[in-house]
Amino acid sequence: MAVHKRSYHSYAGEFSPAWSRFLIVSRYAYQRALSSRFIVVYFAICFFYPLGCALALYMNHNQRLLAIFNLSSFFSVDATFFYHFMNVQGVLAFVLTALVGPGLVSPDLANHALPLYFCRPFSRVEYVLGKLFVLVLMLSLVTWIPGEILVLIQSSLVGASWIWSNLWMAASIFLGSAIEILVFSLLALALSAWIKRKTAAGAALLGVFFFGAGFGQAINAVLRTKNGSLIDLGSLLARIEIQLFHQYSRRAAAVPADWAWLVLLAIGAFCLLLLEKKVRAYEVVRG
Amino acid sequence: MPPIIELEGLGVTLGGRKILEGLNCSLSGRAIGLLGPNGAGKSTLINTLLGFYPATAGTARVLGRNIRTEIKQIRALAGYMPESECFIAQMTAVSFVRLMAELSGLPSEAALERAHEALFYVGLGEARYRLLGTYSLGMKQLAKLAQAIAHGPRLLILDEPTNGLDPPARQRMIRLIREMRDSRDLHILLCSHLLRDVEETCEEVLILKDGHQVHYANLEEERRANRRFLELETLGGDGAFAEAVEGLDCECAITASGFSAPAGSHTDRSPRRFKMVLGQDFALQDLYRLAEEHGVQIRRLNYRRDSLEDIFLKAMENSNGRP
Repeated sequence: MAVHKRSYHSYAGEFSPAWSRFLIVSRYAYQRALSSRFIVVYFAICFFYPLGCALALYMNHNQRLLAIFNLSSFFSVDATFFYHFMNVQGVLAFVLTALVGPGLVSPDLANHALPLYFCRPFSRVEYVLGKLFVLVLMLSLVTWIPGEILVLIQSSLVGASWIWSNLWMAASIFLGSAIEILVFSLLALALSAWIKRKTAAGAALLGVFFFGAGFGQAINAVLRTKNGSLIDLGSLLARIEIQLFHQYSRRAAAVPADWAWLVLLAIGAFCLLLLEKKVRAYEVVRG
Repeated sequence: MPPIIELEGLGVTLGGRKILEGLNCSLSGRAIGLLGPNGAGKSTLINTLLGFYPATAGTARVLGRNIRTEIKQIRALAGYMPESECFIAQMTAVSFVRLMAELSGLPSEAALERAHEALFYVGLGEARYRLLGTYSLGMKQLAKLAQAIAHGPRLLILDEPTNGLDPPARQRMIRLIREMRDSRDLHILLCSHLLRDVEETCEEVLILKDGHQVHYANLEEERRANRRFLELETLGGDGAFAEAVEGLDCECAITASGFSAPAGSHTDRSPRRFKMVLGQDFALQDLYRLAEEHGVQIRRLNYRRDSLEDIFLKAMENSNGRP
């Protein structure tokens, strides 16, 4: 019907599949996030290091270049190489989360828009999934996807046999990134849901990491214990990556790996609980 | 007509407090008004019908679907315009309405088309590319209405739609509601504490007070029934005239006489007021004939009907003894 025919009429067309509706929220959130030039520029910067690594891998196998320097290789491509890659990209991913995450739920809460979402055949789980997907995809693009591409480049340069003997590294890149992405995303969403101001939510996310680390170290120093590291999210994530990539670090070794897994699991569950409490059409005030 | 909303002993408790209790009613009008003073539970009832609050007792059916088991289907059939200001500030009106239509299940292109149509329909066509944050209160109300109708719901739930609107904007909103009601494509549930809004748009009214149902009225029937009362103001007329009028298949009583007569008026033509309850065979022409025979001058003749305000006040009085 043409727009000039101004009368009410019902809709008789087709409907989109119900399973795909959470992606609508993601699509609009991407549009909003990427409307900021700063975020676009930063997102592009996140690919510089993976590009540099890809170039380094190429040069590491360039016989002409190696011959000039009379070397068999510039560096060895092993678990340490990918561990460092994960560390650098992890930091970049965290900053990206701090830039994008707070703007996901807080504007909807600040403008009381949640009843408009949930009065439709669209559940709270779909809403959270849609918002989570925004961060999961963006962070995947800067962490495990380039990591796996590097594994494939190395394998193509060395030979197919390399990937079979180092398949565990590909799995570690994926698993380590997945844990990082989930922890960052859930924390960002939970803080965004509880703090209505976008900038305050971003600051709170940074605070959770940096104050947690400082406070944890202070507890360790004052009480002469290692348990303070359990509130240091950076240490916990590092501990898991060390385990996954068979590395060693004195700071991270302070926390037993089992405890690190357990605390991260608890943090994830707590974030989901916070989201469950806050992401609803109307809050019930008790009393 | 099949019932649109059926309440079957519905009760809602929030934060340990009973907000709604024992609601039993079947509403089938094209436009249903939900009336009550502030805190009566009107918005809670709407929120329960949409599944935002769980029913703690009984149940309800909306368009034949149970709110306990088929809430997703109900939400797919309903459009909701909330009372509070809610929108997404950094979005243009057309993007906002499109997003809402897409979430209701419309494919992207259809949602865009419907968003344009809905915004034109509510009168925001020229402002549809402006950010919602820059809209006036009246425009935001219209944008909320547009998002509620964009997906073509079968039941439109309006929670205080004229809140904060100036008189012309209120008139426009009432006109839109009436137009939609008369389009016969959808039913309307209008929640308001403004009696005039409900009176101008609704056929049926459910009045709530303190979470209880205190009155149900079919306004159309009440209006028809109330046409049987007639108030008459005359100059002259006495007991003989009243007796003669009773012969016209009606009851007649003199309710006032000898009140301030116009200067120079004659005593036997002093002003009088009659109240008549009309029978089935009453014909107005016979009344005029009788007046002429008795030398009575009819100065005013008024079919009296209970206004919604009368119905509301009566309901409030009747419910005063409620625990």
